[in-house]
Amino acid sequence: MTAMLNVKDLRAYYGQVQALHGLSFALNEGSLTTLLGANGAGKTTTLRAICNMVRSTGAIEFEGKPLSGRSTENVVRLGIAHVPQGRGTFTTMTVEENLQLGAITRNDKAGVVSDIERMYQHFPVLKERHTQQAGTLSGGEQQMLAVARALMLRPRLMLLDEPSFGLAPLIVRDLFKILGKINREDKVTILVVEQNAQLALELADQAYVIETGRIVMSGNAKDIANNEDVRKSYLGY
Amino acid sequence: MSAVEDVVNEAPAVEAVPKRAMTLGYGTSLVVLALLILVPLGVKNFIIFQLTMLLIYGLAVLALNILTGGSGQFSLGQSAFYAVGAYTSAILMEHANMNYALTLPIAGIICFGFGFLFGQPALRLSGVYLALATFALATAMPQLLKLGFFEHWTGGVQGLVVTKPDAPFGLPMSQDMWLYYFTLAITIGIYIASVNLLRSRSGRAFMAIRDNEIAASAMGVDVALYKTLAFGVSAGITGVAGGLGAIAVQFVAPDGYTITLAISLFLGMVVGGVGWLPGSIIGSAFIIFVPNIAEGISKGLSGAVFGVLLFLVIFLVPHGARQVAIVAQQLIGKLKKN
Amino acid sequence: MELFTNQVLAGIATGAIYACMALAVVMIYQAIDHLNFAQGEMAMFSTFLSWQMMQWGIPYWGAFVLTLALSFVGGILIERLLFKPLAKAPVLTNVAGFIALFAIVNSVAGLIWDFTIKQYPTPFGSSPFLGSQLISTHQAGMIGVTVLLLILLFIFFQYTRMGLAMRAAASLPESARLVGINTSWMIALGWGMASAIGAIAGMLIAPVVFLEPNMMGGVLIYGFAAAVLGGLTSPLGAVIGGFLVGVFENLAGTYIPGVGNELKLPIALALIITVLVVKPAGLFGRPIVKRV
Repeated sequence: MTAMLNVKDLRAYYGQVQALHGLSFALNEGSLTTLLGANGAGKTTTLRAICNMVRSTGAIEFEGKPLSGRSTENVVRLGIAHVPQGRGTFTTMTVEENLQLGAITRNDKAGVVSDIERMYQHFPVLKERHTQQAGTLSGGEQQMLAVARALMLRPRLMLLDEPSFGLAPLIVRDLFKILGKINREDKVTILVVEQNAQLALELADQAYVIETGRIVMSGNAKDIANNEDVRKSYLGY
Repeated sequence: MSAVEDVVNEAPAVEAVPKRAMTLGYGTSLVVLALLILVPLGVKNFIIFQLTMLLIYGLAVLALNILTGGSGQFSLGQSAFYAVGAYTSAILMEHANMNYALTLPIAGIICFGFGFLFGQPALRLSGVYLALATFALATAMPQLLKLGFFEHWTGGVQGLVVTKPDAPFGLPMSQDMWLYYFTLAITIGIYIASVNLLRSRSGRAFMAIRDNEIAASAMGVDVALYKTLAFGVSAGITGVAGGLGAIAVQFVAPDGYTITLAISLFLGMVVGGVGWLPGSIIGSAFIIFVPNIAEGISKGLSGAVFGVLLFLVIFLVPHGARQVAIVAQQLIGKLKKN
Repeated sequence: MELFTNQVLAGIATGAIYACMALAVVMIYQAIDHLNFAQGEMAMFSTFLSWQMMQWGIPYWGAFVLTLALSFVGGILIERLLFKPLAKAPVLTNVAGFIALFAIVNSVAGLIWDFTIKQYPTPFGSSPFLGSQLISTHQAGMIGVTVLLLILLFIFFQYTRMGLAMRAAASLPESARLVGINTSWMIALGWGMASAIGAIAGMLIAPVVFLEPNMMGGVLIYGFAAAVLGGLTSPLGAVIGGFLVGVFENLAGTYIPGVGNELKLPIALALIITVLVVKPAGLFGRPIVKRV
């Protein structure tokens, strides 16, 4: 299987500070991969570098197309949806407007309308609140909204940055179930960055562990989850 | 100026300047000081007068730097404080026959109080709202000065003539030269005091407020006190500058203190580098000399030429003269290594 | 009592000027999160362009439409050439840029058309409106056009894709990019639209204040004040703010002793600021919740 996303020797910088030191990994089409690591390890930076939101060098290829030099919005238009840390909800706009924004680059009006309906089926709570200002939603609901918004793009690759952040465990379980469903049924390749390693490893097929800007472990999610040494040294449980 | 929405990731409206970077190194300071002392000895009186104005506007820009670069409060109203200082000196000299030197601390204190008072209602405003409020203050001032009610003191529309002092103790120098060194001494004093203020606990409080007001108050900084203090200090220094200006120019009149002055001071701060105290004199030089240069280039289009020159400056050095200084510092560092 | 109602009505009439300008101010604020100090000058320049076209024989409405188009394009050009390079510069540097633009436009207009006052025609005529001595047909026309603009803007922002994209880009640029919006072009578009709206404001105002390079100075300040009073995110607030400012100004001039023409501006501003101290987000603005 050819890799859908190919990252080679990625180095990323915040001003003079180097955050990533030559990261290389690949994502296969249809896979659900998780990127794990402690705070400050470089997980968020990796996602941001893929979308060219941070200065970086190295080669990133998506479906054979190089991503360097493209603006963030052009990377997105290639079919990559990014749910950022903190969700990036348009808090002053309604739930429905947020979903419409997810599809703003699409020209098929009918398709957008039917997709919005599908989102309401995936996430019934959004339908309840669809005319409410997005900022009034709870954390869990905003996370659902962020995922739904990303799906409105009909992406082939979805990047999620710590979707469990600040959410109660039960809600995180629900969310991860939905992500699994999306991966299997809608055939969306997913890369999830997480601090909550246990849940993420239950959900994913593949896993990478990153530490201070370098990948220190990669492989099958189940193997990593079962490897006690790895769990203790890198994942804290 | 974006006061309406505050996103966690957004940079503060006024860029943070690290404490260390707010002043010059010792070597450069000595060089600049030597220049300031020696240059006037060899030039004509009119140039000395211009140099005096350079120092005076430098003080006013410095005051604005403390307010905006230091405590993050935006002000388009400094011309009002300048005017109050100027008129205080003029009135005390001409109506109360007070010695010119004594009028300055009084002007400073009165303006400090005025600024402190203005800071109170301003506490609830920030960004664009504060800009409007200070703008209102600046536009009101010339009108207030023209009011018939005050005319006996202020001289109304025509203003007051101010007598220029002679050099004391019969020193053999012209009035202009004496006034220059007098101003220089005051400027150096205020500059050193300002640097110390910004390095002190109060200065840190200012900068904490500038960078993140909520966090500062959560850490126990009395935000209200320090914000009004910053306004007061800034107004006080501007008042002293105004007093000196009145003496140097030899008269005060309402139309000399319009919003144009406030805008010029603002531009001076930006060109010098916001929050970089030494840049104040560079900003002052810009606002004194560049309009003249523009007029020299084209009388009919002097405004346009000024605008173009201003654009050139902000394109080349968006962070003002401080950027030039940082680059120079890095170059010198590299040369030293080699 | 009759004096009061008369002054209120007169205030509403003059307020239409400020309402129109305030719309342009809110427009640019929606796009770039800043207030553009040079907007008044740009509006003045556009008005002069239309005047020049009429001098060359082009009829009023032809000149009007042509000026709108030119202003739209001009606004985009100015943004792309002068302000896009400053996009990463600090806010205060951008403000200095606005001031520089102000100086340039004002000076060039003065050179081309000099500072003598010129008459500017109105398509609405200037007879008393419905027989009232206080509102002329032109002022009624101004109010009408302003309200029409408001409705058009409302429809644009609430019901079109482009409007939604612009709102998103102004509100959270990074998130907007993450849904594929070219935020840079949204800014350019915002400038173009604000420039066009400003041109309309100028062409409506000129018959009242007469055409000369310094005609927009006071108007712009009142426009800002009105926009801020109404809440910078609300076009409706801007229009209502404009009318309120007109009324404030008139009442202040009538009822506060010693307030001649010169003090009207600071008094009006002081009143507005008092409102802001009580309602910091403006009358119709969304209350800002600061995330810590």
